Amino acid sequence: MKTISERTRALHPGGLGSALRSAWPVVAGVVVALVLQSVLAPAVGPFAAKMVLDIGIAIVLAVSLNIVNGFAGQFSIGHAGFMMVGGYAAAIVTYYGSIKLWGSPEPHGGFLGSGDLLFLFACVLGGCVAALAGLVVGLPSLRLRGDYLAIVTLGFGEIMRVLAQRSKDVLYPEDVAGKSMWEVSDNLGGALGFSGLPSYVSPTPWNEDTGHAGIFFVYLIVAIVLISAYRLKLSSKGRALLAVRENEIAAEAMGINTSRVKVAAFVMAAFFAGVGGALFAHEFGNTLTPRELGFQKSIDIVIMVVLGGMGSISGAVVAAAALTLMPELFREFAEYRMIIYALALILVMILRPQGLFGIKELWETTAWRRIRARIVRGKEAP
Amino acid sequence: MKLGGPVVMLGLLIVQHGFPKFLQTLVNSVALGSLYALIALGYTLVYGVLRFINFAHSDVFAVGAWLSFTFATAFGWVATSSPLWGMPLVLLLVMAACALLGVTIEILAYRPLRKAPRLNVLITAIGVSLFLQNVGQLSSVFGTQPQRMPSLIEDRSLFTIAQVHIRLVDVTVIALALALMMALQWMVFRTRLGRAMRAVSFDEKVASLMGINVNRVVTITFAIGSALAAAGGLLFALKYEGLKQTADATWVLLGLKAFVAAVVGGIGNVRGAVAGALLIGVVEVFGASYLSPHMRDVYVFVILIVVLLLKPSGILGKAVREKV
Repeated sequence: MKTISERTRALHPGGLGSALRSAWPVVAGVVVALVLQSVLAPAVGPFAAKMVLDIGIAIVLAVSLNIVNGFAGQFSIGHAGFMMVGGYAAAIVTYYGSIKLWGSPEPHGGFLGSGDLLFLFACVLGGCVAALAGLVVGLPSLRLRGDYLAIVTLGFGEIMRVLAQRSKDVLYPEDVAGKSMWEVSDNLGGALGFSGLPSYVSPTPWNEDTGHAGIFFVYLIVAIVLISAYRLKLSSKGRALLAVRENEIAAEAMGINTSRVKVAAFVMAAFFAGVGGALFAHEFGNTLTPRELGFQKSIDIVIMVVLGGMGSISGAVVAAAALTLMPELFREFAEYRMIIYALALILVMILRPQGLFGIKELWETTAWRRIRARIVRGKEAP
Repeated sequence: MKLGGPVVMLGLLIVQHGFPKFLQTLVNSVALGSLYALIALGYTLVYGVLRFINFAHSDVFAVGAWLSFTFATAFGWVATSSPLWGMPLVLLLVMAACALLGVTIEILAYRPLRKAPRLNVLITAIGVSLFLQNVGQLSSVFGTQPQRMPSLIEDRSLFTIAQVHIRLVDVTVIALALALMMALQWMVFRTRLGRAMRAVSFDEKVASLMGINVNRVVTITFAIGSALAAAGGLLFALKYEGLKQTADATWVLLGLKAFVAAVVGGIGNVRGAVAGALLIGVVEVFGASYLSPHMRDVYVFVILIVVLLLKPSGILGKAVREKV
């Protein structure tokens, strides 16, 4: 006969056990990222590896926007603005920081060496600066009805673009000497973009001189974003967001501080957008220009979220991967690409308003269950 | 006195930089403000009846500007043979074409979503906006090359005050915008149709119970809003001449500022939209010529954020409690 206290203990395993159990997705993420880096990248060649990188960055952006658009039901169309904030903040750290530390902006050190650590620090810093910007933008507009957020985020993206375009030329290493980080923070390259950044996110396999473990870093961050988003969806905070999305007045009546949770979701999304922007800025072959991260980029991310299903994390992942690969497959129709996107957006909204997967994850959809049932039955059959 | 501060500021501006610069800036700002007003009215009318932001409105405006370029080049002979008739002809054509475009958009894209959540309608509007931008860019439609609007109005100064030449274009822009706004004012507050529109805006269900055909009112609202945007497009093309491709950010930005004007004035409020547009025009142009020309877009959004923080319902808007 068990006592109540024993039964309670059985339901609450010790700190170490639960810590291990909750850590396994992170470990799995690190392992998958390592495998992608060391097995996939050499196997598929640099061009396909670049696509793998692009997909990873798109997943970070789509899943983070999904927290605002999908979970909280608030419409933000300035995600590229937060990318820009994070990207430029990280770029200042890696470019001018590298020059100050090592005298040249080239990538420095080996795998997880000092250069990589600087890059990871820059990613986190970019995320934090973007989150701060998200707080400043979100606080006034999220107190009001959802429509205003769309306008304010759009305006925010445009203002960021204007400010980035007005910045001064990038300084060469020999000109940086004697200037503080604060003094160089306006030398962002103007309309031509911030060129000469160290490409820590490069598609080449590691151990080559210039090749840093780009795929590893990108998919490490993908794993962190996915785990955070999934945990959020299942947590009470995530339930609060979904409640706000379904009916704000009812949610408020249930005791949810609606403005608070909306702003929190917005800041979290802005943080990951900033990290995504930092990855984008340091990707091999990209130049961080204000034009690249304009309204069009924001719309691309919105389309990923809407097509995948608002609130579905795996849907956002699938849509991000598909929409990143699509332009490569249909190169000759480039002129019509945006027209097809626009029509797809309108048709999905009219015919399937909840997006392809709706709020369900891939493994919760009926089609998936049916296929699984068939496979399981197939095995059981003699 | 509440007016004391602004009057003192104006006095300082005039004393510091001289009266001619002040007058020139004032004319420019009122001309820009009346352009914004024409666009803002479209946003505010549609918001009034359907409660959603028609994101495609700025693209209807862009299409209006480009269509007036097309018509002006096609009917250039009218303008050269009888200068008085060229402009009204293009104006009527472009207003009719854009009204048709607005009605088509409403029926095909927005009507199936009348009962859908607001987010879906908003995303559809973005889709329509992208569609218009990118179709307009096709080489068979307007193309991606920037074009120069042929001048339908003589480029001469009408009269001169204190060494400032008041150009005919500016006077035309302001006068035409004023006439259209007064016509709209008369229509909304003096006709049966206007009463129906106000009824739908007040309560759609009750209005339909009183025998108002809500769908018809919505369609007409779209037609009017789009026609006003088209007139704005023509006036924009006349005043600024250079037309950039339809997907260029300038169009979105212009539409955005007009929308900000509608929000600042109190969205859903016709007079508020005009007041907000004039305010935005004055702030933008005065800021650009007295402070820094690069930051003109920033001033507008600062105003938006300040208004959203202090009086979210706008200058002339009434605060509405959300009912459960």
